[in-house]
Amino acid sequence: MKLLNLETTALVRRGFLKHLLAVPAALALATTSLPTMADSANTTGLAVTKDTVKVGILHSVTGTMAISETGSVQAEKLAIEQINAMGGVLGRKIEYIQEDGASDWPTFAEKSKKLLVNDKVAAVFGCWTSASRKAALPVFEQYNGMLYYPTFYEGLEQSPNVIYTGQEATQQILEGLDWASREKGAKKFYLLGSDYIWPRTSNKIARKHIENKLGAKVVGEEYYPLGHTQFNSVINKIKLKKPDVVFISVVGGSNVAFYKQLKAAGIDMGKEKPLFLTISVTEDEILGIGGENIEGIYASMKYFQSLPNENNTAFVKAFKERWGDDIVIGDVTQAAYLGPWLWKAAVEKAGSFDIDKVRAASPGIELTTAPEGYVRVHENHHLWSKTRVGHAQPDGQYKVVYESSELIEPDPFPEGYQ
Amino acid sequence: MFAEYTAAELTSIFAMQGFAGLILFSVFVLMALGLAIIFGQMGVINMAHGEFMILGAYTTYLISNLFADYLPGIYSSYFFIAMIVAFFVTGALGAFVEWAMIRHLYHRPLDTLLATWGLSLIMQQFYRTVFGAREVGVTLPDWLMGSIAVTDMVEIPINGLFVMGLTIVITVGVALMMQRSHLGKQTRAVVQNRPMAAAVGINTEKVDRLTFALGCGIAGVAGSAFTMIGSTGPTSGQLYIVDTFLVVVFGGAASLLGTVASAFTISQAQSTMEFFLSGSMAKVLTLLVVVGILMLRPQGLFTLKVRR
Repeated sequence: MKLLNLETTALVRRGFLKHLLAVPAALALATTSLPTMADSANTTGLAVTKDTVKVGILHSVTGTMAISETGSVQAEKLAIEQINAMGGVLGRKIEYIQEDGASDWPTFAEKSKKLLVNDKVAAVFGCWTSASRKAALPVFEQYNGMLYYPTFYEGLEQSPNVIYTGQEATQQILEGLDWASREKGAKKFYLLGSDYIWPRTSNKIARKHIENKLGAKVVGEEYYPLGHTQFNSVINKIKLKKPDVVFISVVGGSNVAFYKQLKAAGIDMGKEKPLFLTISVTEDEILGIGGENIEGIYASMKYFQSLPNENNTAFVKAFKERWGDDIVIGDVTQAAYLGPWLWKAAVEKAGSFDIDKVRAASPGIELTTAPEGYVRVHENHHLWSKTRVGHAQPDGQYKVVYESSELIEPDPFPEGYQ
Repeated sequence: MFAEYTAAELTSIFAMQGFAGLILFSVFVLMALGLAIIFGQMGVINMAHGEFMILGAYTTYLISNLFADYLPGIYSSYFFIAMIVAFFVTGALGAFVEWAMIRHLYHRPLDTLLATWGLSLIMQQFYRTVFGAREVGVTLPDWLMGSIAVTDMVEIPINGLFVMGLTIVITVGVALMMQRSHLGKQTRAVVQNRPMAAAVGINTEKVDRLTFALGCGIAGVAGSAFTMIGSTGPTSGQLYIVDTFLVVVFGGAASLLGTVASAFTISQAQSTMEFFLSGSMAKVLTLLVVVGILMLRPQGLFTLKVRR
């Protein structure tokens, strides 16, 4: 404060005009965002004051991805509000700056730079598609930021500047395939996906696992362009090849078309001939597909809204109170909710907001309060988590029919699967 | 590749595959018809065509909710009313857009392209604000779902039959209107020679507005029908726009017959190849064939002979 007074008096001598301009600026500095440089909790000039810390939320709220990313934004805001109600992080209230990635990958990079360089946020919760993460990644590495990324994804990545709160491909896929083989006696698999990196990498892993570990057969592997709306040909092929399991990683609007046409083609998904196992349809997607059109399929992921445990009951209740009764919560929404909590735990363990210290403190961080149950951060920045298989009900919810007995180790660079 | 299947299995699969091709054909015609009228008769490239379709889909969604809440007794027939309402709602918006925007941009095709593209963004954001970013689920009456089992293997989806029937009705209706009705004759007169048509007393502005409204209205009906087979979300219209333009351009802009022929060619090529190749490769090959033919015949399959 003394320093500031000196500065103002010095300015008086230089002239009236400059004085006029300087006073409001100095006042603003003194009241709101005076950086506490000497504070050991913040030695690198992040936007941290005595009472507040700024973080960023970076998702698409406009454009084609808004449909998927809305849930993540809601989850992150809820987590931040809950943390603030509990007293914040290291005694500081979290303030978030929300930026819109607008479903445009270069925009994600631009906004990341804005958050890190101009706003000096202590952490960013954001990105959804792999493409947006890949676009933002160089910015986070260059300016040393911290990104909490919520989506299940294809793996093959491990950045010191990202904590991956969703599952990588092997965690999500292998358990589901094992379950189908063991419980349902599946011998013939048909792989179907949208044509981009995540389904292709996932199916590559699935095929190796089916052929080498399960000793079963892949009778078809097929990709359709993103946004494809006519699936009658592939439905005929499935009828002809008679697989035991159709393993599906179709995304976006194509999903709706696929399941509606499947039902219209006279395939009763409840009969499990074939059995449909998806890794891409969460409760969020079912909202658009319609529960009656997808009843009877199975999904393999780490979280379902119906998970019966106390953490989850409280989470679902809080989420509905905050965002409305009609809302549903999917796998990614839950993973996004973990971001702020994992960051809080790491900051408190490190006793500092400094990115390097938070990074060093992250591996080994545990959450006992996660809606999905206990999770722990691995050395490779992914989470140890369980995988569940859910059975789709007509009301648009999944019923959990299987849960892995152990936490599954994240393995973003799986040997023998590439 | 077929050695392991019996002759009966193969016959029924090919029968179903042929039917899948016909459904695809109907879908293509239905979505391209509105655009063909606007593009062909008026020379306006309507980039917001997909959004007009989705307006029809959202109208269907609203009507279905209304029926579920207030008229559950006759819920099973809501779909017909929804299609009629969708036609008039999108048609009315089309007339308004023509009056407010398009008519100022005739003779500037590139500007209409930009303006209608902007319009499509506005409409998308409007849907997102009103209906939310997530897709909405349109509940269908039971009689539209499911299939007719012809034999053990051959099953024909009812909604596919419905789309085919609707396409035939609308195509025949539009063809009759263009050939026989007063408005149709006026429209063709305006297309062939605008100043002369005006000179003999045709109100060309009115004809333009009605044509544009009609094209948009048909898009609305198509969107309404597509709630059976596709998604309804703010950006779902984008899923159809590329195929729609492909069909119209390949068919020859000014010819309805061309649109039908082109939809048939593309749909059959695509569904046949989809059966033997993967979906993405089928699409690539289809596009290659279309590009190749357009290089030899830039005007498309069919053209209207007009004295310039």
